[in-house]
Amino acid sequence: MQKKIFAVLMAAAMLLTLAACGGTDASSSTPEGNSESSSQASAGIPADQIKAAWLYVGPTGDEGYSYMHDQARQKVAAELGIETVFVENVPEDADCEKTVRDLIDQGCNVIYATSFGHGEWAYNVAKDHPEVYFGHATGYLTADNFTTYMGRVYEPRYLSGIVAGMQTETNKIGYVAAMPIAEVYRGFAAFCLGVKSVNPEAKVEILWTNAWYDPANEKSAAQQLINNGCDVIAQHCDTTGPQTAAQDAGVWCIGYNASTPDAAPDAYLTAPLFHWDAYYKADLESIMAGTREPAQRFWGGMTTGMVSLDTLTDNCKEGIAEAVAEAQAKIESGGLFVFTGPIVDNQGNTIVAEGEKIADADLENADYMKFYIDNVTTPIA
Amino acid sequence: MTVNIVKKPDLSPRQQALFRVGAVLMALVCTGVIMALLGYNPFVVFYKMLEGSTMTLYRFQETINKAIPLVTLSLGSAVAFKMKFWNIGAEGQFYLGALGAAWLVFNLPALPAPVMLPVMMAGGMLMGGLWALIPAVLKSRFGTSETLVTLMLNYIAIKFVTYLQYGPWKDPKASGFPKMPKFGDYAVLPKVFGVHMGWIIALAAAVLVWLLFRRSKLGYEIAVLGESVSTARYAGMSPTRITLTAVLLSGGLCGLAGMMQASAIERSLSATLSGGLGFTAVITAWLARLNPPAIVAVSFFFAMLLQGGSYLQTAMQIPSAMADIIQGIILFFVLGSEFFVRYKVHFVRQAKPAGKEAGA
Repeated sequence: MQKKIFAVLMAAAMLLTLAACGGTDASSSTPEGNSESSSQASAGIPADQIKAAWLYVGPTGDEGYSYMHDQARQKVAAELGIETVFVENVPEDADCEKTVRDLIDQGCNVIYATSFGHGEWAYNVAKDHPEVYFGHATGYLTADNFTTYMGRVYEPRYLSGIVAGMQTETNKIGYVAAMPIAEVYRGFAAFCLGVKSVNPEAKVEILWTNAWYDPANEKSAAQQLINNGCDVIAQHCDTTGPQTAAQDAGVWCIGYNASTPDAAPDAYLTAPLFHWDAYYKADLESIMAGTREPAQRFWGGMTTGMVSLDTLTDNCKEGIAEAVAEAQAKIESGGLFVFTGPIVDNQGNTIVAEGEKIADADLENADYMKFYIDNVTTPIA
Repeated sequence: MTVNIVKKPDLSPRQQALFRVGAVLMALVCTGVIMALLGYNPFVVFYKMLEGSTMTLYRFQETINKAIPLVTLSLGSAVAFKMKFWNIGAEGQFYLGALGAAWLVFNLPALPAPVMLPVMMAGGMLMGGLWALIPAVLKSRFGTSETLVTLMLNYIAIKFVTYLQYGPWKDPKASGFPKMPKFGDYAVLPKVFGVHMGWIIALAAAVLVWLLFRRSKLGYEIAVLGESVSTARYAGMSPTRITLTAVLLSGGLCGLAGMMQASAIERSLSATLSGGLGFTAVITAWLARLNPPAIVAVSFFFAMLLQGGSYLQTAMQIPSAMADIIQGIILFFVLGSEFFVRYKVHFVRQAKPAGKEAGA
């Protein structure tokens, strides 16, 4: 009896597997729903045929990075009248590639991968699907149908450094950072330069969480910084964890991504913000019109509306608003470039000589950007 | 009123199976109620899960992709469970297997695939097996609880891979991003009928484990040892030898699953490689009553749940947490049913003085 059952089950399993495998590799890369020719590429796609998908590394409720992308998604979906879908908690591993293939299998023809680590996985799929348009936030890989987009968030981050430098009373400022990639080093350097520009006495301490989205670790990292005497906590990570830690401890905080004064009403000073909808709308319009530039790399600063500094709250001390406004005007007019020498790291090396500037290519190079400004007390790993 | 919990006489296999099927059905009903409360039509949701996991060739292949490691891990767990060695460490052995395979790729020259892949399999199985030996040796030497030790070794394994990923094995060309280098094509399992050949390996492993349980001396010894150590001793068997061999095999299979996942799916090693499948495998092995053919079927069902759940998120925009809730509820009911397979609950109106015959 048992043997019979076994035989039946094995046969069923074999049959199922064989049935599943009737097709071959070729069919797996052209799932249904996308058999229309790639001639659309030049002709554009009407709004009612667009199905755009967003991949988020965390949940949309992170009140931070993914939340802002999702706000932008909802806005452009309404404004352009297009169909959109999103996937939360997409890890930065092979599961990401699978998710992208799933989405294309379901008829998506525009894919926005919003996290750095999604890049190579989405890129693998882009090679198999020239008819699908890809956009990758914060990345560096490009192809004809694969473009990147990012905001020069170091500009508002520099401004937030000014806020922190003028607000601190202990002259100790804490910074909770996510992954050790160029973007994060760059933002941290801009922040430290902002601090230094108004308060040469202030010191900055940094802690890494090694995760984009990790509410518990982000909060405990902030608590550790507060225990070390920091009275302003800034962050480059996706949740309001550090802000609630600051609120609980009665110190100040600077958020990131989204305006979240409600998360820490007594602590919140400001935050560098992203406004992704500006990019998404323009990009989708170019896809619909058939005019999307291949292998484009968009990197917009405050003047493009892509990034900004949040309205300063009443928690900010007097004089901060004026100092920020002055620096902001200088940046926007082109009179101030954040990464202008002299820039010296905390080991005494001169990174940039007096009057020189860091080029965009170097700003994106993790090996180049891996340094701490000389007001940072944390030794570089 | 008091509640008495009384041990039941052993149920027949058929009754036990009925209990488990009932548990799964009740779990589906319960998730249906939750979905309805959240404003989704449960019938549509279940249909979508089926649609998303089987109804096109691509989706079916993805389901198979998920089933492959699950089958192999469940088989590995089953070998140990048969001996009543509670190896909850499939997850960690999976990572050690992947780690062993990755080490070989990173340190050997680019050998041709027909040489490289078997070497990686052997390396993965060896590492997984050795990792499982630690709790086995600790148990036979010092009488430690293998449940706890295997469970805790999971976290050590995962964190060790994390350390390698962020430290010594980090890809220097990844512009600072903590990931390991990609395997060359020579170290990637080829596809057979559109799915990586792990499905053949997993099915072959199922047959071999079935033969082991049914036909081999070792399988018999494992079963006897599982029933009673003293019986095994009395029959002249060496419990230590049997335990170590079986555990080596159990961990080896889990390590093989890790090697296949690293080679075919991730094409590298990462600290998120398993997606928790090593823990799911404990449930699938148990649900399948450690019966290899049933393991194949149950693993496939769970792979459908996983694939269907991720489809739900994109197709119906149901939050990803919903898919987790469904899986959680199913596990809850299945584990809960184990209790009712073994015990029955009496509600007694009048509290009697010594009314606690609890068999815990």
